[in-house]
Amino acid sequence: MDSSRFRPFSSADAVACRRVGKTWAEGTVRAHEALRDIDLDIAPGEFVVLLGPSGCGKSTLLYLVAGLEAQTDGLIASFGDPVEKPSPDRSLIFQETSLFPWLTVWQNVSFGLSIRGAPEAERRAVATEALARVGLSAAIDKRPDELSGGMRQRVAVARALAMRPKVLLMDEPFAALDVQTRAKMQDFLLDVWRDSGASVLFVTHHIDEAVALADRVVVFTARPGRIKSILPIGLPRPRDPFSPEAEALRRQLTAELKAEVDRAFAEQEALATA
Amino acid sequence: MASDLAGAVSGAAARPAAAAAAPTRFPPPWRAALARLGWTAASIGLFVGIWELCWATGLSDPKLLPPPHIFLANIPDQARFFNTATRWQIGINPADGPSPYEAVFITIGATSMRVFVGLAIAAVLSVSIGVLIRYFQLLERLTLPTITLLSPISPIAWLPIAIFIFGIGNAPAIFMVVVALFFHMTLSTISQIDAVNRNYINVARTMGATKRQIYARVIIPAILPQLLLVLRLNMFGAWMVVLVAETTGVGFGLGQVLSMARNTFNPSLVFFCIALIGVLGFLTDLILRMVQNRILFWVPQTAGVLRGL
Ligand SMILES: Nc1ncnc2c1ncn2[C@@H]1O[C@H](COP(=O)(O)OP(=O)(O)OP(=O)(O)O)[C@@H](O)[C@H]1O
Ligand SMILES: [Mg+2]
Repeated sequence: MDSSRFRPFSSADAVACRRVGKTWAEGTVRAHEALRDIDLDIAPGEFVVLLGPSGCGKSTLLYLVAGLEAQTDGLIASFGDPVEKPSPDRSLIFQETSLFPWLTVWQNVSFGLSIRGAPEAERRAVATEALARVGLSAAIDKRPDELSGGMRQRVAVARALAMRPKVLLMDEPFAALDVQTRAKMQDFLLDVWRDSGASVLFVTHHIDEAVALADRVVVFTARPGRIKSILPIGLPRPRDPFSPEAEALRRQLTAELKAEVDRAFAEQEALATA
Repeated sequence: MASDLAGAVSGAAARPAAAAAAPTRFPPPWRAALARLGWTAASIGLFVGIWELCWATGLSDPKLLPPPHIFLANIPDQARFFNTATRWQIGINPADGPSPYEAVFITIGATSMRVFVGLAIAAVLSVSIGVLIRYFQLLERLTLPTITLLSPISPIAWLPIAIFIFGIGNAPAIFMVVVALFFHMTLSTISQIDAVNRNYINVARTMGATKRQIYARVIIPAILPQLLLVLRLNMFGAWMVVLVAETTGVGFGLGQVLSMARNTFNPSLVFFCIALIGVLGFLTDLILRMVQNRILFWVPQTAGVLRGL
């Protein structure tokens, strides 16, 4: 890929997207443009939240950055190298649980190490440490189906952390949790993020969550997903969700998102009547 | 004998009631097992009862549909007809061979062995070939069309081939089981590989797993539950095919006894064989179910949820 066509990027950027586009099933009658012209830089250690209407291509962007799918347009680089295939440096935590039901919790967490052929003692040590970080030391020998939804997502986080990734990609990891559990998980994620020093690209539907977590919030348009606006959240941590500044940011994000959701619905309506 | 059986049935049926009356006597898992046994006995008892009633009221002709107390009445007499291969050999006095009871067990053993060996060969062969077909695209292009083409052919059509190639003995019967299961199980392995949750594969990919590791550590464990289920369902097919193979002169076995019973118009012997086959089929399924629970400890049991509906 000739990268000179694109706006230059630094090898210090954890993720650099240049005019990234993705059309699913390109060249067929089912072709479907999910993303267009995404330009985004993520600094090392930065927490970026993607916010957008359902179906706008947020998960698609994470798949592209993870290297699980190839973009049909543009360039994605991580620390200066083009992203061409998945790498343990970029861990993806999926929207639905993806723990292997046939492995115990610790075997799930250390799956990546077993792929590299690490000896059992080392694997168990790494899993023990990662599970301690997510507060699940007691569940180490359990099976995934014995855990609650929140615990499973924490195991998924531990599994991602065990790979010591430089970029953590998270696709609505807490969407299925109740409000209280989600608040706990957010605190815990911020702790883990600070300790690990990884960059995070986090997808959510929840404006509260975006304001609670992000250094920057990227708002997407309805499909095809483009970047509508990028909003820095300058609030000091730990954040007070009831501060007037947080309130103002939420109001602003709500307005931006509502316009897009309205547009998405109108488009779908038009498609249905056509 | 008939009264023995009736006693056994009613005794077994009475047990869950006794267990329920004295709940402290047995731990709960035992009680559940006893209850299950009781219900099995009650179900069989009900069926047998209706049959006997039809006989008692003269509704069914005992010469055509002998009820259990007739066809189970004289087991030694029935067992006479169970010829084993050694008894059939020329130059051996039929009276020298195994006793009638031994002959029944030798026959059952021979038939079961054919079923199990056939099942094992078919399972190993079709799972390996199914996985290899998805793994190597060249192999898929070369073999999948032929496999798909051959799969709808009835196993009965293979019977002459089995006899041409293997002659008489165990080999053609085992070959028949393998042929009857192989195509279906291969195709079902392939479709299960395609149905594996993409997330599982993507997790392994993000962790740097190679294609081989993804197959060995993700795809095979993920398809194992369905494969065992397919094996269990096909077990009945295996029993069917073995009987047909034995009927057509494979040598000896339950199928051969059954065919002789038909030719000599002996309904009692037919029903005796059917009862044996039923018990054997049930036991095989039980064994496979135990294997399944043992290997697939992670698969959630949904039967309890359904029962609550
Ligand atoms: N594997 C695929 N093949 C074809 N089209 C796809 C595929 N995955 C997603 N799409 C389409 O791409 C568009 C974007 O999907 P995506 O999953 O990225 O949305 P999203 O923003 O994550 O939505 P949600 O918030 O509901 O999870 C959708 O219209 C979807 O139908
Ligand atoms: Mg999504």
